[in-house]
Amino acid sequence: MDSFFRSEEMCLVQLFFQTESAHNCINELGHLGLVQFKDLNPGTVAFQRRFVKEVKKCEEMERILRFLENEVVKSNIPIPADFTSETIPVPRDVLDLESRFDKLEQELKEINSNRDTLRQNFTQLMEINHLLKVFDAFLFYPHDRFVAGVIKHERFPAFEKILWRLFHGNFVLRHAEIKPHEEENMDPVKKDVFVVFVQGDQIRGKIRKLCDGFHASMYPCPNNAYARKEMRTNVNTRIEDLRLVLKRTEEFRETTLTAAAANLQEWASKVKKMKAIYYTLNLCNIDITQKLIVAEIWCPVSDLNSVHTALIHGSEQSGSSLSPVVNRIQTQQTPPTFNRVTSFTSGFQSIIDAYGVGNYQEINPAVHCFDCNVSYPSLQLIDMLVDGRYIIFLMGLFSIYTGLIYNDCFSKSFNVFGSSWSVRPMFHPHGPWTNDTLHDSGHLHLDPLVSGVYSGNPYPFGVDPIWNIASNKLSFLNSYKMKMSVIMGVAHMLFGVTLSLVNYINLKDVALQFIPEVIFMLSLFGYLIFLILYKWCVVMKSESAPSILLLFINMMLFDYSSEGTVLYRTQKPVQIFLVVVAVLMVPWLLFAKPLLLYRKHKQLKFLSLLFCLSLFFGVKKAFVSLQVSMADIFVYQGIHTIEYCLGCISNTASYLRLWALSLAHAELSEVLWKMVLQVALRVTSGMGSVLLAVTFAAFAVLTVTILLVMEGLSAFLHALRLHWVEFQNKFYKGSGYKFTPLSFDRMRDMQ
Amino acid sequence: MAFSIPMVIVTLFWGFVGGVVPWFIPKGPNRGVVITMLVLTAVCCYLFWLIAILSQLNPLFGPALSNDTIWYLQFHWR
Repeated sequence: MDSFFRSEEMCLVQLFFQTESAHNCINELGHLGLVQFKDLNPGTVAFQRRFVKEVKKCEEMERILRFLENEVVKSNIPIPADFTSETIPVPRDVLDLESRFDKLEQELKEINSNRDTLRQNFTQLMEINHLLKVFDAFLFYPHDRFVAGVIKHERFPAFEKILWRLFHGNFVLRHAEIKPHEEENMDPVKKDVFVVFVQGDQIRGKIRKLCDGFHASMYPCPNNAYARKEMRTNVNTRIEDLRLVLKRTEEFRETTLTAAAANLQEWASKVKKMKAIYYTLNLCNIDITQKLIVAEIWCPVSDLNSVHTALIHGSEQSGSSLSPVVNRIQTQQTPPTFNRVTSFTSGFQSIIDAYGVGNYQEINPAVHCFDCNVSYPSLQLIDMLVDGRYIIFLMGLFSIYTGLIYNDCFSKSFNVFGSSWSVRPMFHPHGPWTNDTLHDSGHLHLDPLVSGVYSGNPYPFGVDPIWNIASNKLSFLNSYKMKMSVIMGVAHMLFGVTLSLVNYINLKDVALQFIPEVIFMLSLFGYLIFLILYKWCVVMKSESAPSILLLFINMMLFDYSSEGTVLYRTQKPVQIFLVVVAVLMVPWLLFAKPLLLYRKHKQLKFLSLLFCLSLFFGVKKAFVSLQVSMADIFVYQGIHTIEYCLGCISNTASYLRLWALSLAHAELSEVLWKMVLQVALRVTSGMGSVLLAVTFAAFAVLTVTILLVMEGLSAFLHALRLHWVEFQNKFYKGSGYKFTPLSFDRMRDMQ
Repeated sequence: MAFSIPMVIVTLFWGFVGGVVPWFIPKGPNRGVVITMLVLTAVCCYLFWLIAILSQLNPLFGPALSNDTIWYLQFHWR
């Protein structure tokens, strides 16, 4: 149970195992996913490490695998998704796979290039075929020289234009579009057959060069019909042959690829594992005899046994005689932070980690992130894009509760218990109103001082429904919501400071920091809460009721001159006392801890002075380092004090965003009611029902997009900000590093 | 009198949720999380309700109603 409140206790463990069993052992540890390997060779560069060649080989194999996968996908061959063989990758597998992959790659490349050449030939033959087909239609011109070829369709107009410019009509150009046959469309580009008839060889040579420039392919065409016919038959035979060859090539390619595809997943996972294992081995140390590998790992204390079992299992599998040695060592280094999470809590934990990974064994604020869901929107806020279905569900529940307390459902109230306010006592003979009063003015205020108007008992659950139909509803609600925000805010912050107490017990300096912080906050802002509650609970006349804001400001300025500024009799001395106490807390917070540390260091320095009197060097160095660290400590403490004290004020004001959001949301929903739905509901003619249907559609769309989605995101964001800044800066440092164990499952999920 | 009834009921309810139910959560890996959630929920919701009811206990001013509303309420509410 303790595990979610602070991170797990970790231990540093040394592992010794034989080189032969290294692969199996690390493989077992990878499957377990509970250890993080420490880098024992931090000084070495990547290419100086021992197993760098093997890692490179694995990367090369991954490249080949990617190439294979590309080819498989291009040919629309399905890759079977499941693979159950979990064989352990051993070093000789590396060589085996490597040679296999190389061979496959070569084969595939060869097949691909062959296929491309064949296709090209095929296209050419088809073009000649078309050319010959249409040639007969062209040949009745007296020009005896010609150039025949095929050009891309879109280039043809430019080709023609240039021909005209060059030769000024001294030629005859005929062209026809190649209409592709159905199944033989190897070439998706549209092409035209053309023939240029000219007189003279020079012109022909120039035209040839022009065709080269336009990337048109030229084909020799015989002059007489008989030769052409023969050529055609020739070409047709060749086309048939080529078609057959192409088909065979394709089939062969497909067989190879299917065979490869069947193993693709298995190979990929094997190569991945091997790369991870070699990478891990690079982090370890190998002793001189090359027979022993030393590794240092961080692992949770509670999982030490499973680690040991996994190692024994691994060494047994490799058939080695000696079992690996597990040796726990003490260390001063900071371990990584590991928070064990379930699928429910992982959402909250990742929210906290996004702000900063907690320090080792610092208290985990993810728990209080649940508090985030007791946010303050009204009834309509539910939908959200956060991954974590329970966050949405909880937020919805709390939104409904909040809506019930604000008594605001689509800007209408429920009157379940009967309002505490009644109008009748305001009339004669009980109260001041007559029927004429009603005729004279449009709005009238109910006076709580007239007996019977206010029943004396507040509405039992939430805001009284009469406020919803009052025109001065905002006067009441604003005051109520602002005070509510401040009360919630101070309570939240006090909770945060109290949580910091738990961190201190870990580190033992409670009195130096916690007590002055708490007293400062309580004496100023705790007193503010007291004033609010006192003013609510005590009966007073509205003319003589002092404003709490003015009271607070005058308290800080020691200004007691204006009349009517007391809520209770002994207010003046109490307030003076509280402000003085708060001011005294500041130097306590600022100086107590650094001075104590300074005294402790001076004692240490004295001791070290006695110890290394002979070493002039050593003393000087210790003195210098003492100076530097003291300045650091003073500055740090100064920053902390300023941050805390000023933060108290600004953070309290920051909580007023709860009021602001609530007001904005209430006003939005009122606008949607008054100006969208009510308009349609008030229509009295027969077409009103149609108008209502249309209007309701608009109302629904606006409600969902603006009120649910936009305001929901906004509420989440502001609640998160209040958590991250105002709450967490009271106790959370968040400067740890995350525990990243070697885990094959995690690697596979990250793919 | 009519103030203390809701006070007692709601306090008892959230006190039950936050103080009694945690003892009955079965032992398991999620026990701490669930208990924390219950206590947080109880405290927050109770505080919210308490603020709502206290702020209306001694009102300094009353609602301002339009003539039509006054006329309606005079006849239809007690």
